[in-house]
Amino acid sequence: MNSRKEKAITFWLFLAPALLAFLAVIIVPFFMGIFYSFTDWSSSSKVGNGLQFIGFANYIQSFLDPAFAYSFGITIVYTIINMISINLAAFILAMLVTSKLKLRKIYRVGFFLPNLIGGLILGYVWQFIFNNALPSLAKLSQMFSSLAVPENLMLGNQNTAIAALVIVGTWQYAGYIMMIYIAAIEGVPPELHEQAMIDGATAFQRMRAIVLPMVAQAFTVTMFLTLVQSFKQFDVNVSLTSGGPSTMFQGQPVLGTQLLALNIYNTAFLSNKLAEGQARAVVFFMVLAVVALVQVYVNKKKELEL
Amino acid sequence: MKKAKSGRLELEIVTAILFLVFLFPFLMVLMNSAKTAFEVTQYPLSLPENWGNIGKNIVTIWGSDNIHYASSLFSSFFITAFSLVFLNLLSAQAAWVLVRTKTKLSNVIFFVFVAAMVIPFQIVMFPLLTWLRTITNLTGLRLLRTYLGMIVCYIGFGISLSIFMFHGFIKSVPLELEEAATIDGCTRFQIFYKIIFPLLTPIQATVAVLNGIWIWNDYLLPLLILGKGNAVQTLPLAVSNFAGAFVKQWDLIMTAVLLAMIPIIICFFIAQKYIVKGMLAGSIK
Repeated sequence: MNSRKEKAITFWLFLAPALLAFLAVIIVPFFMGIFYSFTDWSSSSKVGNGLQFIGFANYIQSFLDPAFAYSFGITIVYTIINMISINLAAFILAMLVTSKLKLRKIYRVGFFLPNLIGGLILGYVWQFIFNNALPSLAKLSQMFSSLAVPENLMLGNQNTAIAALVIVGTWQYAGYIMMIYIAAIEGVPPELHEQAMIDGATAFQRMRAIVLPMVAQAFTVTMFLTLVQSFKQFDVNVSLTSGGPSTMFQGQPVLGTQLLALNIYNTAFLSNKLAEGQARAVVFFMVLAVVALVQVYVNKKKELEL
Repeated sequence: MKKAKSGRLELEIVTAILFLVFLFPFLMVLMNSAKTAFEVTQYPLSLPENWGNIGKNIVTIWGSDNIHYASSLFSSFFITAFSLVFLNLLSAQAAWVLVRTKTKLSNVIFFVFVAAMVIPFQIVMFPLLTWLRTITNLTGLRLLRTYLGMIVCYIGFGISLSIFMFHGFIKSVPLELEEAATIDGCTRFQIFYKIIFPLLTPIQATVAVLNGIWIWNDYLLPLLILGKGNAVQTLPLAVSNFAGAFVKQWDLIMTAVLLAMIPIIICFFIAQKYIVKGMLAGSIK
């Protein structure tokens, strides 16, 4: 067998299993999904027959639904707050554990630990903390007595429930982002610090002039990571709040903490509007695609600058 | 000098407090797993009266028909292990031929794999169910509610990132190695499995960590593919079933959570170095 032919055969033989799984699980359902979003697809309809093409009706329906508009808005708010909160916490933690603390190795592990556990399981833990542990503080001291009032429960009010989601999101993700910052900070050559100290720079000046520019690259990475992660949040949402509590929006009751991913799921399975849920998923995808394009653009620009 | 020292002490204290705050939820899980139903609602923040209760609660969870702990643990382990083995093997060999074949087609295929990382699970999840049912009708392979379906899906969802990681690494493997082997009469198969694949161990560890943590903790895909109340269920699915069935029985829910956390925490302490390194490498995708 000549080697050229052998190379071509190996190419397809080695590629085939990966390509097959990829086509079957991602590419085919992806195009099916875009197609279905323009039809009256429902869980009872069979593939290929009985599907009616209905144009943009699912999309129009979605945007007319206050619950979707609300979820969209609240997801953007949550994403922005969560991004800031995670990155701020992660940066502070990274600064702390890169200073010469005795137990810094153990601290790093502790901060990183929540990241290993799935969001679903963590959500239950925090539900217990917010609904049971915090209110029980009232028994200890008069100072905390308001915590036991049912109306004051963190998860019972729409705004504080969003805050609770941010707290859990930050707790879960800060340790991971911290690791990225640590890698960036430790990449700063120690000579730079020494030289700056000889020149009389204070710790604050060194941070502004040396550390921050060096971690700027890491900032781009972590910003996009946390943005996408927050925007896609589902597991913690399910187990911590299940979307509750209810609130009023445009004169209609909506779920106060139902983020987009949960809204898509509920539209399809709770409200039994599969095609409409699919249209929302397409919108969800388009937002993420734009984010990814911006990310590629920013990275290209950075590379050119270097 | 004295000032700098006292500053360090303050830093130490602040960090230690933050450390305790971060570990507090884990402590809550441990403490409340050792309480009775009465204790857990009355005194969630105090230490349990009798740590021995933890054994009793674990026995209850172990025998619970809602969680089927032993079989869920096995399923989670089985699905994760097989997905990782296939992902590593299939993406490594695919990445290798993509790197070593310099044609337009090869570049396009690689680009499509990478570009597909943008596709969120949400846009494919509903049609995936219909599509898997169609495949079953056509071929007789049962993919819904089975291990096979889960593993195939994880291969599909993990393949892009894995190929991307291997691709970057293989580019730096010198071609001379392969040329020498060809002269010695090795076939392409032998070259890959005897020479290249063993060289990829560091990146194999990274790919295994990145996919492993995600697959082990995943909730939505098992929920859709396996469904609730199936004989085959993963740990996150089992915990959510249990929490749904035993609403507010926090002593038992916390024990279930504790048992679900233990395997991955043990793994972390065994392979800490690889896990941190692997997750860092994944951040640059």
